[in-house]
Amino acid sequence: MQYLVSVIHDGSSTGTAEEMAAIDVFNDKLRAGGHWVFAGGLAAPSSATTVDSRADGPPAVTDGPFVETKEHVAGLWVWEAEDLDEALALAVEGSKACHRKLEVRPFL
Amino acid sequence: MTVDVTEAITRAHHEEWARVVAALTRRFGDLDVAEDAAAEAFATAVERWPRDGVPVNPGGWLTTTANRRAIDRLRRESKRGEKQRAAVMWHDDDPAPPLGAVEDERLRLIFTCCHPALAPETRVALTLRMVGGLTVPEIARAFLVQEPTMGQRITRAKAKIKAARIPYRVPSAQDLPARVSGVLAVLFLVFNEGYLATGPGTDPVRADLTAEAIRLTRLVRAQLPDDGEVAGLLALMLLTEARRLARVSPDGELIPLDRQDRTAWDSSLVAEGHALVRERLASGEAPGRYQVLAAINAVHTSAREARDTDWSQIVALYDQLVRLDPSPVVALNRAVAVAELDGPEVALATVDQLGGALAGYHAFHATRAELLRRLGRADGARAAYDDAIGLAGNTAETAYLTRRRDELGSVTPGRPPSS
Repeated sequence: MQYLVSVIHDGSSTGTAEEMAAIDVFNDKLRAGGHWVFAGGLAAPSSATTVDSRADGPPAVTDGPFVETKEHVAGLWVWEAEDLDEALALAVEGSKACHRKLEVRPFL
Repeated sequence: MTVDVTEAITRAHHEEWARVVAALTRRFGDLDVAEDAAAEAFATAVERWPRDGVPVNPGGWLTTTANRRAIDRLRRESKRGEKQRAAVMWHDDDPAPPLGAVEDERLRLIFTCCHPALAPETRVALTLRMVGGLTVPEIARAFLVQEPTMGQRITRAKAKIKAARIPYRVPSAQDLPARVSGVLAVLFLVFNEGYLATGPGTDPVRADLTAEAIRLTRLVRAQLPDDGEVAGLLALMLLTEARRLARVSPDGELIPLDRQDRTAWDSSLVAEGHALVRERLASGEAPGRYQVLAAINAVHTSAREARDTDWSQIVALYDQLVRLDPSPVVALNRAVAVAELDGPEVALATVDQLGGALAGYHAFHATRAELLRRLGRADGARAAYDDAIGLAGNTAETAYLTRRRDELGSVTPGRPPSS
């Protein structure tokens, strides 16, 4: 079972050196436990471009994220976990490590 | 349908519903399939039992019938080209739980329904539906929400359990304490809904719900014999349940604690509750909320007559409770005890300060009404009874409050507090 774990942030600061170190340790643990599938940090939402080519005619290309919010996804993980309990237990550690709120969402 | 068959079906529903749902959830790994199949099995019983007679083993019959219904549904769905719903959605992936095997499937079911990833109101609703076997309209009525809203809440919860793979198992030892407090909160709500059933045309006390809550709490206690709050909640339920038969008159009116026939209390439940409270006191650990509430009930049930009640001890226990749970409802209950110790005027002053927070709570108005009545303020009492009657959902309470209000004409001003 795979879960998308979004790192929720409400500012523009990137992770501190201390946070990055804690995340490295946590990622090693994810790998050792067979949970690590993917991880990545994201640039600021203002750097996003939204594309909509559902309608006929030229595609709509818009500067900015698809929705403006106070909080945004600053990074993400994909984890392999047996069930939600295992994913939530990892998320408790991960949230501490990166010092951000996490959203755990199952893939279909 | 004959009375016997109707009774047999009702009894089977109370006794077997959770077992059937739990067995099917375990087998098919899908709460939705389990619930639907269980409901269909009971509908089939309603159709067949009057004609064919009540089976020798109703539980077995219902489980077998529900199993067939579930298999039929899964076949239909796989024929329609949906992804084969193999029974792998939930694994039983705790082959040897460190705490020892859990005998009762219903305990797994309740831990799943009370999972912290579900919203608190959803946990209660799901537990009542899956474990308690209440229908969606009954649950909607109990929590004063519209039926479609409650239906959606339950449907969404089932979908989340499946999509996010909320496991169907008793949590591991290290997670257990935290998970148990969530389960206790749900069990207490189920018990209270049984003890103070709401809705017109509803029995004032739903013994099936109180019994179910007690049974499930016993199951949790068997798992966690050293957990003080589990023991406390069980004691609280037993000491409350002990008074059940004395609490409603033959014509369906609530009888308050001070007027109950104490010889009608269930002495074995009282004894069991007292033993649990003593056990907790002997532990020397600081008590939690349920243990303090149990202790308050132990003091009440220790008094041979209402006038023998040790009110100073009760007020002291409420002081302890206020420190643990400084909610306006606790403050209201404390004021009721204060009225016995320091008189209605002192209590009323406290109660009146709670009006902002508790204006929609029938017990607030009922308490005010009784205090005003004791102070001989009949007009104020009458208005407060009216408010309480308007808000009370329990038929026995409504009947009691109505009679008390209608008696007001004969109240003597300055009458001392009734004992």
